[in-house]
Amino acid sequence: MVVKVYGPAFASPKRVLACLMEKEIEFEVVPVDLLKGEHKDPEFLKLQPLGTVPVTQDGDYVLYESRAIMRYYSEKYKSQGTGLLGETIEERGQVENWLEVEAHNFNPPVMNLTLHVMFSSKLGFPRDENLIKESEEKLGKVLDIYEERLSKTKYLAGDFFSLADLSHLPFTQYLVGPIGKEYMISSRKHVSAWWNDISSRPSWQKVLLLYPPPF
Amino acid sequence: MATPVKVHGPPLSTAVSRVLACLIEKDVPFQLIPVNMAKGEHKSPDFLKIQPFGQVPAFQDEATSLFESRAICRYICEKYPEKGNKGLYGTNPLAKASIDQWVEAEGQSFNPPSSVLVFQLAFAPRMKLKQDPSLISQNEAKLEKVLDVYDKRLGESRFLAGDDFSLADLSHLPNAHYLVNAAERGELFTSKKNVERWWGEISSRDSWKKVVDMQKQAT
Repeated sequence: MVVKVYGPAFASPKRVLACLMEKEIEFEVVPVDLLKGEHKDPEFLKLQPLGTVPVTQDGDYVLYESRAIMRYYSEKYKSQGTGLLGETIEERGQVENWLEVEAHNFNPPVMNLTLHVMFSSKLGFPRDENLIKESEEKLGKVLDIYEERLSKTKYLAGDFFSLADLSHLPFTQYLVGPIGKEYMISSRKHVSAWWNDISSRPSWQKVLLLYPPPF
Repeated sequence: MATPVKVHGPPLSTAVSRVLACLIEKDVPFQLIPVNMAKGEHKSPDFLKIQPFGQVPAFQDEATSLFESRAICRYICEKYPEKGNKGLYGTNPLAKASIDQWVEAEGQSFNPPSSVLVFQLAFAPRMKLKQDPSLISQNEAKLEKVLDVYDKRLGESRFLAGDDFSLADLSHLPNAHYLVNAAERGELFTSKKNVERWWGEISSRDSWKKVVDMQKQAT
C-alpha cells in the first residue's frame, strides 16, 4: 500500500514529501490545483473538511495537517531512514518545542509574505505593502532568535537534524527564491550555515526537482 | 520524591492555562512561578534565557527546559504516560495521529481568529486599549467557518479526535473559555448543536474547573 499525498506543487505538502523521502517511505502524489480552487470542491472537502493541503491517504486511513502527518510517519517508521524525532523523550521535547516555534512564530509572517508577494496577483486580492513590511520585521526578529539558538546548537532541537528543521524547508525556499528576501538568511551567519546544510540534503533537492512549484 | 515541574507564567494567559489543564489531567505535580507581564518580566534577561521569544509559558522538568504550550503538553504526556488520564494523548499510534491532527487544526485554524477576538473583546477593554471593529468582524466570520466544520465533525464523533477526551479538545479550552465568559461570544458555541454539546462536556471537566479557579484567584 503506497501513501498518497495530495497537493505536491504547494509548500505545506512539501513538508510531508521531504519527511517521507527521509524515512524512505514509498508514496504517490495527487495534484490539487489551489489556484483553480480545487481544495474547495465538495469531493475534496469530504476528504479534508478544512479545505487545505496536504492530505494523506494510506489505504483507508486519511490524515491531514502537515505537522501531524510528519509526526505520525516519523514515529511509525522510527527504525528506518533518518531519525527525525531525536533519541530520547527529552530530545523529542526539544523537537516538539521548535516545531511549535516554526508553526506559531516563523510560519505566520512568512505565510503573509508568501500570500502577498507571490500569490496576490494570481488569486486576485490586493497586495498589502504594509503587511509585507510588518511581516518582514516580525520575521527578522524571529530569525535573530534563531541566529542566537543556532550559534549554540547545530540544528534547532540540538545537534541532530529533526522535524523541527525539516518543517522550515518549503517556506524558506520561497523566502530565498520567489519572495526575493534571500538577504534575510544570508545576512545571519548561523542561520545561513543551517539553511545551506538543510536545503542541500538529497531528500530536499529531490523534492524540488520532482515537484516544481505552481508557477 | 521527584521535584515538581515548574511552569513560569500567569494563569490568566491562555497558553499557560493550556499547560496547567494538561498537568492537572495528568496528575503531575507542578509549581507555578508567577511572571508579571504588566511589569515586563517576560522580557527580562533572566526570562529570555528560558524563553527567547519573551512569551509565556516557560517550563522546566529537572534538566529539561521547554517552551510552546502544545509542545509542553505533548512532552508531559510522553514523559508521564502512566499518570492521570492515560488516554490524553492516545494509547496507540492511530489515536495519537488523530489527536495531533486536531491539535494542529486548533493551532492553525481555531487559534488565530479566536486569539484576536479574545484580545480585542476580553483583554483590550481591561487594558484600556482601543478596539478594532473590522478586525473583530473579520475574525468572527473566520471563526464561524471553523466552528461549522467542528459542528459537522462533532456530529460524527463525541470528541474531536474520537470517542475520548484528548489533548485536542483540551487545547481549545483556554480561548473558548474567554470567548464564552469574558467576551460575550457564547453564541458562537451555543448556536451550533454539536459544538454546544461538546463545549458543555469539556468545560465542565474537573481539571478545567481547577484551572478556572486558579485564574480567579489570580485576579
